[in-house]
Amino acid sequence: MQDFLDNWGITVMVFAPLVGVVAMMLLPEREEETHKLIALVASVASAIVGLLLLVNFDYDRSGVMQFARTDTWISVVNADYSIGLDGMSLPLVALTLLVTPLVIIYSWNHIPSPGNAKAFLMLMLVLHTGMLGTFVARDLVLFFVFFEVVLLPMYFMIGVWGGEQRLYAAIKFFLYTLFGSALMLVSFLALYWSTGSQTFSITGLAELVADGDVARNTQLLIFGGMFLGFGIKVPMFPFHTWLPDAHTQAPTQGSVILAAVLLKLGTYGFIRIAIPILPEAAVSWAPWIGLLAVIGIIYGALGCLAQTDMKRLIAFSSVAHMGYVMLGIATLTDFGINAAIFGMVAHGLITGMLFFIAGSVKERYHTLEIARLGGLLVQAPRMGWILGITTMASLGLPGLAGFWGEFPAILAAYQPAPGLSEELFRVYMVIAAIGTVLAAAYLLWLLQRTAFGTPSEEFEDDPHIHDTVFTEWVAWTPMLILIVVLGFVPSLIFDVTNEPASMVGEVIAALG
Amino acid sequence: MFAVEEFTGEVVVYSSWFYDNVWLIPALPAASFLIILLFGKRLPYKGAEVGITAVLAAFGLALLTTFTWIADIETDGGAESHSEEAMAASGPELAVEAEDGKEGLKFSRGAPVINEVEWFGIGTDANRVTLGAEEGAAAADGDADDHGEGFGGGFSIPIGTLVDGQSVMLLFVVTFISSLVHIYSTDYVHGDRRFTHYYAFLSLFTASMLFMVLSSSTIQLIVGWELVGVCSFALIGHWWEEKPNSDAALKAFLTNRVGDIGLLVGMTILYFAAGRTFSIPEINEAAVAGDIGQGTLLISSLCLMAAVMSKSGQFILHTWLPDAMAGPTPVSALIHAATMVVAGVYLIGRLYPVFYEGFGIAGGSINAMAFIGGLTTVGGGLLAFVQRDIKKVLAYSTVSQLGYMVLALGVGAYTAGMFHLFTHAFFKACLFLGAGSVSHACHHSFDMKADMGGLRTYMPKTFWTFIIGTAALAGIPPLAGFWSKDEILVGTGAFPGTDGNGTFTIPFIFGLITAALTAAYMTRCVWLTFFGEYRGHAHPHESGPRITVPLIILAVMAVWVGFLNMPTAFVESVGLGSGWAHKFEDWVEPEGVATFVGGANGFTHAKPSLLLAIVATGLGLAAGLIVWRYYTALYAKDPKATEYSDGLASRNSLAAAGHRVLEQKYYLDHLYTDVVAGGTKGPLARAAYWFNQNVLDGVVNAAGYVSTLVGRFVYRYIDQGVVDRAVNVSGQSASESGRFLRRIQTGQVREYASLMFGAAAVLAAVFIFAF
Repeated sequence: MQDFLDNWGITVMVFAPLVGVVAMMLLPEREEETHKLIALVASVASAIVGLLLLVNFDYDRSGVMQFARTDTWISVVNADYSIGLDGMSLPLVALTLLVTPLVIIYSWNHIPSPGNAKAFLMLMLVLHTGMLGTFVARDLVLFFVFFEVVLLPMYFMIGVWGGEQRLYAAIKFFLYTLFGSALMLVSFLALYWSTGSQTFSITGLAELVADGDVARNTQLLIFGGMFLGFGIKVPMFPFHTWLPDAHTQAPTQGSVILAAVLLKLGTYGFIRIAIPILPEAAVSWAPWIGLLAVIGIIYGALGCLAQTDMKRLIAFSSVAHMGYVMLGIATLTDFGINAAIFGMVAHGLITGMLFFIAGSVKERYHTLEIARLGGLLVQAPRMGWILGITTMASLGLPGLAGFWGEFPAILAAYQPAPGLSEELFRVYMVIAAIGTVLAAAYLLWLLQRTAFGTPSEEFEDDPHIHDTVFTEWVAWTPMLILIVVLGFVPSLIFDVTNEPASMVGEVIAALG
Repeated sequence: MFAVEEFTGEVVVYSSWFYDNVWLIPALPAASFLIILLFGKRLPYKGAEVGITAVLAAFGLALLTTFTWIADIETDGGAESHSEEAMAASGPELAVEAEDGKEGLKFSRGAPVINEVEWFGIGTDANRVTLGAEEGAAAADGDADDHGEGFGGGFSIPIGTLVDGQSVMLLFVVTFISSLVHIYSTDYVHGDRRFTHYYAFLSLFTASMLFMVLSSSTIQLIVGWELVGVCSFALIGHWWEEKPNSDAALKAFLTNRVGDIGLLVGMTILYFAAGRTFSIPEINEAAVAGDIGQGTLLISSLCLMAAVMSKSGQFILHTWLPDAMAGPTPVSALIHAATMVVAGVYLIGRLYPVFYEGFGIAGGSINAMAFIGGLTTVGGGLLAFVQRDIKKVLAYSTVSQLGYMVLALGVGAYTAGMFHLFTHAFFKACLFLGAGSVSHACHHSFDMKADMGGLRTYMPKTFWTFIIGTAALAGIPPLAGFWSKDEILVGTGAFPGTDGNGTFTIPFIFGLITAALTAAYMTRCVWLTFFGEYRGHAHPHESGPRITVPLIILAVMAVWVGFLNMPTAFVESVGLGSGWAHKFEDWVEPEGVATFVGGANGFTHAKPSLLLAIVATGLGLAAGLIVWRYYTALYAKDPKATEYSDGLASRNSLAAAGHRVLEQKYYLDHLYTDVVAGGTKGPLARAAYWFNQNVLDGVVNAAGYVSTLVGRFVYRYIDQGVVDRAVNVSGQSASESGRFLRRIQTGQVREYASLMFGAAAVLAAVFIFAF
């Protein structure tokens, strides 16, 4: 068993969903229930293997790549099929393994118009493979391939199953992200050539750069390319404008996956690739990353306050929340990076939940216009309560998950890594702290206008408006439980991320 | 687990089963919250029985803890500590030499008892500050700003309990008042639409408050602080169907969030300044020992002051507190009068050395804390005059009294501030619950002018307890408020012969004005409610025993708790032994421990003055009498009148302007709601969004448009036969738009991909060879 996990565990976990895709391809479209079942089984199979990995993971050595294997893949460019799992990727892999099956369960009776469960779920499974692969890749080419695999299914999901302006949103999403990917690829290639065309391995490249093979200016440019590539995915201000459209137009499932996992590909790229390989350039870029992060915090919050649509508001809130994650990363300290990973998971759970709720509200009210809603607590009390808890979590209430991504990031900004200006980062800290007020403002206004009060006449006697149904409970309960549990036992994540985050922090500290 | 003695080595630390298991006190209501949430609606009394059982059990434990604490203090000779002879005679283990080698004996009393475990940690294990180890080294780092040492230190966040006089006092107050409110509520909110939720949140609030009170680390304090805030939010908005209620709840939460900026930033600064520690005793010790620079202390004190201002209703962040009266009245009594709103005062006390050093209280004449407290106490008192709503009178009175407490702490009168917190809890809870009883009898109205008057004959128990509460609040001797208020005035050191920590003349004048104001507005309130003729249309009646018994208990407390801290001179002059004097000070204020300011920091206790007591009481009585005369004269004219139709405000334009300013609450609400919130929500947010849609997106759209043109152009020349498999799949599924997508986009996608790889290679070369 141990042998199997060591050699094949990650591979099986990543590609199990594709087996499901092949099986579904062979079945006709009309057997919808079978398709749903296959999709669920494939994602759960992947999750079970993942769970075995998680159980067998050696948590005392979370800084080390485990279940790792490296095989020659494209020998002509020295690209390897190199995978592994460490404390940095583990929480995100776990998040992905959790969210996708839940989304599939939610899809049981929520296949968005124009229907076709087969194609929809196949895309979902491809997406799943892409996301998992990105988090376990240890080779830049492999990382890039998985990173791009994610793009297409999401593009189709928005473009086919999306809202009224799906075409615009889908193309925007695609072009924008592809633009970032292009620059990322540029950086990867530049890195490969400038280190002597030897390897695409992340650790290998880091060592070569540390040996002084790459000129400083080249490092800065390469980091800049990655910055754009990952920054667009995060998304950081001012590269975020694809996000509100994509989220608003995407079907609920797409929004949930997008918020819960896809955005993390960008932040993960920073801490897995950009900073460890190019620590010196990271120090030079960090003030700018921090600046864009805090602008994003305030700007995203202001954007939220201007919204009249619930889903678009939640989308904008992602810009603000990812700002905290990026601020944590910009400090380049172990504190900050720990906070960032926690923030990623917390944001994934919380914003994912918010999109789930938005989807269910839309299904019942056929609108997400905040002015027309109200009295959710009267008409669907359980759902209203869930919305209440989730907004509280989102605004960073201690005792719920959101707090531990936010406060440590603020704390870390007080004393950034050596080589960074303390004064500057302390200004960032205060701005970020002000952002928490704005976050409370837009979230509570949202809660007040949707959940409190009494239902408007329009919906007062609408028979379609009912409380939470079974599939919603199944999909939501695990996320809600995690939001509360992580709030009280943050060590569940910090204990895992601590070592790898400290290793990154030490690399930076060694420079100063 | 570690005890403070490890870092002082000389201080006596008490131990008891109750101190080690004090976590049970918050755990009981927390468990009750979960039980009510899960099963409440199915229980015969809808969850109330669970809540009451848990809070009574918690009260029992708190009471035993309090007795144990008092016993420990008394056996260690707390009472004798004030006489030099007793100190010398109190035995070698208590008389220790001062660390700095100065001559003289040091006495230790009331050192905090700490039990904690690691909650979680960040940073490499080797660098992590381990519990109880080498705190000296940590403190010695002081302003550890240098990166070399500071970096990668990691942090360990403990969770635990800190038992000392201050926390024991609050344990007692919170559980006591909460128990009474639980019982009172069974009648008051009987038949409410969300009875079970109400009790669930009462339990959660009690648990959070106790959790906060017992905090041993700043981060635990922040967690508790926010949790009580959210309970307050939920209970203010208890009847959220009506918009004013949810507005009030939002206002409370958002105003507190503004203060929380200061809390987060201040605690962060202290964390680093004290050598990377969240431990409250360690931060205090560093502040006392001078390990943290004065400037750093001042900045963190100012930051924390913002938090205090929002939580404890200090000007100018007090505006949420009167609005919070939208919640059920027992909640107002418990949360918005007796317990949660004193959290800010508690915070100051908890980190008193930080504030004491930061504001340079010793030898001072004014500082931010004393000034804000003074401003609040007068400003709130004035506003209480123009209210029609009995709860709002009490709310502004609470603001005013909280200002008194902050003022006391600002002038260095630590015990006076804490003592006022203690006495205020009882008489203000008594008044609020009394107001609830009145409204219960008057069709749930709180309008004194329209629906009350002459109620003393209908509800004598409520009337008499209300009178006692009023007298205690107004500082009429010998009731509770008199003693604590007198101590604060003495503590300012401005009155000749009092010798305080400084000469705080302005706060002293503010305090005297408030003494008069309080008596005046409370007389007005009592007259409008209980005297004159009944003006309402209900059939007022006395409330049931579940309401009146808590009132009587609280009134009894309001009578006698003041005796807990009588000055020595007074005790001796009435023929009691000096052992009766300043008990509260002995029990609550630590002495001779490194975690609290002591004599070495210039911390002194002011001497009481009989003349001052007479002056202050006289002012109050005179002010009350003037108001009384005003109303009796009015009554003689028209028994149902509540104001003169040709009053001063209608004759004198200056008076009219003043009245309007007060009625508009100094226009602060306009400032916040219309200017700040409206400005952010309106123009600012809209401008940001306009920028987003037109500028940022404009660039993107232009780029997208050009790309699309290029893509379409190239599309004509590419082979459509080869189609991506994934696209095929989606093609089968396609609706009209899907087909459109497939036809148009497949070309683009492939084109983009090839373009991208080509361009990437070129750019990569540029990256490398350009430099």
